[in-house]
Amino acid sequence: MPIKLPSFRPRRDDYPPDLWTKCPSCGEMLFNKQLDKSDRVCPTCDHHFRLSAAARLELLLDPGTFEERDAGLQSVDPLGFVDQKPYPDRVAAAQVATGLRDAAVRGIGAIEGRPVSICVMDFGFMGGSMGAVVGEKVARAAEDAIAARIPLIVVSASGGARMQEGTMALMQLAKTIAVLERRRAARVPYLSLMTDPTTGGVFASYAVLGDVNLAEPRALIGFAGARVSAGTIAQELPPGFQRSEFLFDHGFIDRVVHRRDLRTELVQLLRYLRPADGSSGDGVEGDTRWGFRPMGFLSQLADRVVPEIGPPPGSSGSERSSEERASGEAKRG
Amino acid sequence: MVDRLLHRGREAAAPGDPRDEVWRRVKLARHLGRPRTLELLGEMADEVVELHGDRGFGDDPAIVAGLARIDGRRIAFVGQQKGADTEENVRRNFGMPHPEGYRKAMRVMELAERFGLPVVTFVDVPGAHPGPESEERGIAEAIARSIGLMIRLRTPVVAVITGEGGSGGALAIAVGDVVLALENAVYSVISPEGCASILWRTADEAPAAALAMRMSASDQLALGVIDGVVAEPGEGAHADVRETARRLKSAIVTRLDQLAAVPLDELLEARYRRYRAIGPYTEVAAPAVAQPPSRGLTDRLRDLLDPGRWAAGVPLPGSSRRDEPPAHEDV
Ligand SMILES: [Zn+2]
Repeated sequence: MPIKLPSFRPRRDDYPPDLWTKCPSCGEMLFNKQLDKSDRVCPTCDHHFRLSAAARLELLLDPGTFEERDAGLQSVDPLGFVDQKPYPDRVAAAQVATGLRDAAVRGIGAIEGRPVSICVMDFGFMGGSMGAVVGEKVARAAEDAIAARIPLIVVSASGGARMQEGTMALMQLAKTIAVLERRRAARVPYLSLMTDPTTGGVFASYAVLGDVNLAEPRALIGFAGARVSAGTIAQELPPGFQRSEFLFDHGFIDRVVHRRDLRTELVQLLRYLRPADGSSGDGVEGDTRWGFRPMGFLSQLADRVVPEIGPPPGSSGSERSSEERASGEAKRG
Repeated sequence: MVDRLLHRGREAAAPGDPRDEVWRRVKLARHLGRPRTLELLGEMADEVVELHGDRGFGDDPAIVAGLARIDGRRIAFVGQQKGADTEENVRRNFGMPHPEGYRKAMRVMELAERFGLPVVTFVDVPGAHPGPESEERGIAEAIARSIGLMIRLRTPVVAVITGEGGSGGALAIAVGDVVLALENAVYSVISPEGCASILWRTADEAPAAALAMRMSASDQLALGVIDGVVAEPGEGAHADVRETARRLKSAIVTRLDQLAAVPLDELLEARYRRYRAIGPYTEVAAPAVAQPPSRGLTDRLRDLLDPGRWAAGVPLPGSSRRDEPPAHEDV
């Protein structure tokens, strides 16, 4: 029996999947710990692996600042939908697999100390599909942003509307857009980040409607499924069809941003796009106009008036309280 | 293509099978002889002035829009327009609008708002056009903007689902103060064939999908997505276009008169509340479902389950795509 020399050609078993992940783009075997360290971006080819909602929040927000809201929202079965499996069973299975209640997580957090209302989707939960719960969370995230006058960030990762909720899911396009229209009128900024994939009704509602639309590189973004496009139309699809760069080339995405630069870019944008406070924008640098300032114009008035006249002697002065409020807010910003 | 849609997906079912009933309506909604926007308006309006073009790219023949007089009332109209035969269907892209169609619709709705005309829309669409040009010119953006415009449009809006209410391509012109449907119209988040091929893994189960999605007009009324159903004469709208138009006209005029009496601010607030409230969910007090293991492990498990992962290395020609689009057709 000849001695078998150790082979340097890797066999399947040499890469147990709990330690190694094969990059679907370049085929490289990646050590999981290393992949986690690089925010799940392939160090060889920059393939962006999908992120769970928790990992996405960890990536974008200041540590420990996320405060979840509406964690108890849960899907119901409005149609009594059964295909091969009843819809409630599918929801229950997805809950066990992901530890999430539905395909979106929302709350308040901070980026570089600045409060934001954020909603992130998780593709792992039934393909990130949008039913009434996802629609409601996006709507409430926008409402919180309007009420607190803080920016709204939505991170999309979804195959589209959830078929099992039928037209109730379709109507979530109208629900989310309705609130986003109010948000626009309230002049509260909204940054939309599209990740792999952002398709169907999610793309055709809140994802496409950002004041600024960002996307991770090579994310699948489109309205109709490419299979459907090709099948229905019997036409060859252009190269890179429905990828971030394709959408960028056609003018629907402002910036394609590598994951490692996302936070920096969000901060940069948020420095320019601040909730309008009703006073005329003077574009002055500095953070004093940041944050929750329902009476912002009073504070600004106080900033200009108080140092000159000073508080009248013996007065408890409303100017003083304005001034205190102004300085307090500056600190928070 | 229409023939393919009409004839596929039919399997023999037991007599009295509820799938037969809904599938009969799907076929009626798609009937080649079903009256389209211009035919209905031709019957119900004293005058129709069609307006053309989106002012940016072109004039989409799959959407018609313009001004009309119905019973002495001036209105603006928008509707999808399928063809009455193969030749016209080819010219009108089978009633599947491109972005410029929705942009034309928006332009005319804004015109209506500016001059105080109520808007009536006629919805009959398999879905927005799914081709590459449609994506290149921003079909998703056009649909989203049109929905947003209709939610804030400061004039009464009556939408009528007259045939196929196919997904986002339908909703883009179906937001309104009142949404009506013809008796054999259908409304769904995805075509029954698309739904069946994803969830049943075969388009042949389309009747089962149609039933599961409760896409008939009466089901949509029960769900609160629409506000009224207009009965069709005899065998269906195609059998008596004039009578169908007469009934529809009466329903539309009644609703327009009701809406005209409501102050605009109230109308807009009610419209907002209607869409803000739609879609049931529940709220449970219990803490989150059991927390998953550490981030890394969960993600690795997901990667294992990710169908794209094992399809690696087989990119589609020309696109270097490695994973199929996830579960959706359009929306
Ligand atoms: Zn790689």
